[in-house]
Amino acid sequence: MNSNQLLSLAPADILVIGAYFVTVLGIGFYLKRFTTTGDDFFLAGRDMTAWIAGLSFVSANLGALELMGWAGAAYQYGILATHWYWIGAIPAMLFLGIVMMPFYYISKTHSVPGYLKLRFGEAARATSAISFGLMTILMSGVNMYAMALIMQVILGWDLSFSIWVSSLTVGVYVVLGGLLSAIFNEVLQFVLIWLGALVITIVGLIETGGWSGMMARVHQNTPGADYTHLWSTLGHFSDNPMGIHWTGIVLGLGFVISFGYWTTDFLVVQRVLSAKDLRSARMAPVIGAAFKMAVPLIVIVPGLLALAVLPFKLVGADEAAVNHMHSYNEVLPLMLARYCGPGLLGLGITALVAGFMSGMAGNVTAFSTVWTYDIYRALIRKNASDEHYVSMGRWSTIVGLLISIGTAYLVMRSAGIMDYVQALFSFFIAPLFGTVVLGMLWKRATPAGGFWGLLLGTIASIGMWAWVKLDPSALRYVAMSQDAKAMAEDMYRALWSWIVCVLVTVIVSYATKPLPESQLVGLVYGCTPIPSDGDLALYRKPQFWAVLVAMGLVILNIVVW
Amino acid sequence: MHEQKGMISIWFFIGVLLLFYGVVILGQGLYELSSPPAKPVVLASLHIGIWWGILLLVLGGGYTRHFFPGRNR
Repeated sequence: MNSNQLLSLAPADILVIGAYFVTVLGIGFYLKRFTTTGDDFFLAGRDMTAWIAGLSFVSANLGALELMGWAGAAYQYGILATHWYWIGAIPAMLFLGIVMMPFYYISKTHSVPGYLKLRFGEAARATSAISFGLMTILMSGVNMYAMALIMQVILGWDLSFSIWVSSLTVGVYVVLGGLLSAIFNEVLQFVLIWLGALVITIVGLIETGGWSGMMARVHQNTPGADYTHLWSTLGHFSDNPMGIHWTGIVLGLGFVISFGYWTTDFLVVQRVLSAKDLRSARMAPVIGAAFKMAVPLIVIVPGLLALAVLPFKLVGADEAAVNHMHSYNEVLPLMLARYCGPGLLGLGITALVAGFMSGMAGNVTAFSTVWTYDIYRALIRKNASDEHYVSMGRWSTIVGLLISIGTAYLVMRSAGIMDYVQALFSFFIAPLFGTVVLGMLWKRATPAGGFWGLLLGTIASIGMWAWVKLDPSALRYVAMSQDAKAMAEDMYRALWSWIVCVLVTVIVSYATKPLPESQLVGLVYGCTPIPSDGDLALYRKPQFWAVLVAMGLVILNIVVW
Repeated sequence: MHEQKGMISIWFFIGVLLLFYGVVILGQGLYELSSPPAKPVVLASLHIGIWWGILLLVLGGGYTRHFFPGRNR
């Protein structure tokens, strides 16, 4: 144990954390008997209710780095960080449920690259599957290392101990029960994350005298800056702590990045594909959106509370390491230490560990499905038995985890690699959204158009990133201002690469021969009969709940405008 | 979910774990009433452990009972 660790655990905390590990492993062993076919292992038998699929959909995204990173971002940038939970998620989640889900679901695809194969052919599928598989597993390793580093700071745990214990646990329950086991555990993890983190919000608001008291203290502690408004400071890059303009938030984050992630990243879409019928598949993202909208309560509010009550300043990770200070990422652990005694502290740490494991399980299940169906079956062995592919799914889970662990150790030796891997991941998401959405909504899009749009959109994204790296003054073109910060640059780069993808797809499609409509049935709007839910009571219709969630989003944005 | 296969509901597993957490956290909270810690947390006077432990017991107990295997078949 490290003598400089932030927290120390009492026997009650160890009991709480230990019970969590026993439960997740027990669930994995219990579910093995229900996981015999490919559909069971890769799509949880397509038997999940809307609630289970919806909670799992949000939980797979609610990793520990996400929790701690955005709590830290709330401390650093104030309430602006909420954009990533509201405009940066909710519209896209509702669009997935109401508009896109019928095509994913009716086509009976196992994966997003699988949909591209049906719509645009093998070349588009191969491009998407290889890039997704590679990036997912590398990102998993980067997250593994980052989490282990945080556990070292918080609890003094050895890096290798954190990496191996968490990986082995996830490996055991995913290998045994596949997606079914991952989804069960993600629902459990979601509940624990809420119960572990909500204590901070409740006790913190009591300490500051409620919402208005917290805001008053934030104003007092941040003179000359506005940390408490969501939109009113976005008129110019230099008017807000994030250095961003409202066009970047609306078009870059709210449109391209958010829609790209929530509608085409297979890590999250896979959870919804496990739903038992089309109505459940459409309801799941709507349910997920309602819970996502509430997540700022346990992530952003603790960050703001830290800004209001902590008697010292937090700094960036590099400065923290040099000057022996606390970094932004330590907001949640610091607040846990402030309010939670033995037992409750264990629950809070369990919430962080659960978040970490749900994110890792999301990565490995998505990787094993894409590897097995879209790379191995498509390119290596086409006609094997179902048992063979299930076995391949289990082995690829183990190999994927080992590659992730290898990546984590690689990053441990050279931290600079982390930035490159994270940048690589961002290159593919925005163009992929352009390709999928045109494929679903525009029947004139051709296989050549889809492939070249995806490829050139991705190359454009990489090109802009390299341009700014080589010549930082290029930022004024890529992000439209020299004042733009890293996040703003990411958003504008995503927007431009999406535009390139769409333009190339349209131009090449008009220059090539369209597919006959008979080949587009079940894949494209206008060629696919969508089962009507006209006989359902209003309260059972996904559209009704989507409208309610959208109205909630508008009201919340106005309240903290 | 999976009723036709006789699968135990995930909500049962969650209920049992929360019940256990409720016992541990409430027990620790009650213990601290008689033996206050040397370094108390901020707002220790609220005894949040006791209230949170009761909440977990109620949630866990409710879910365990409602989703107990075989109860709804």
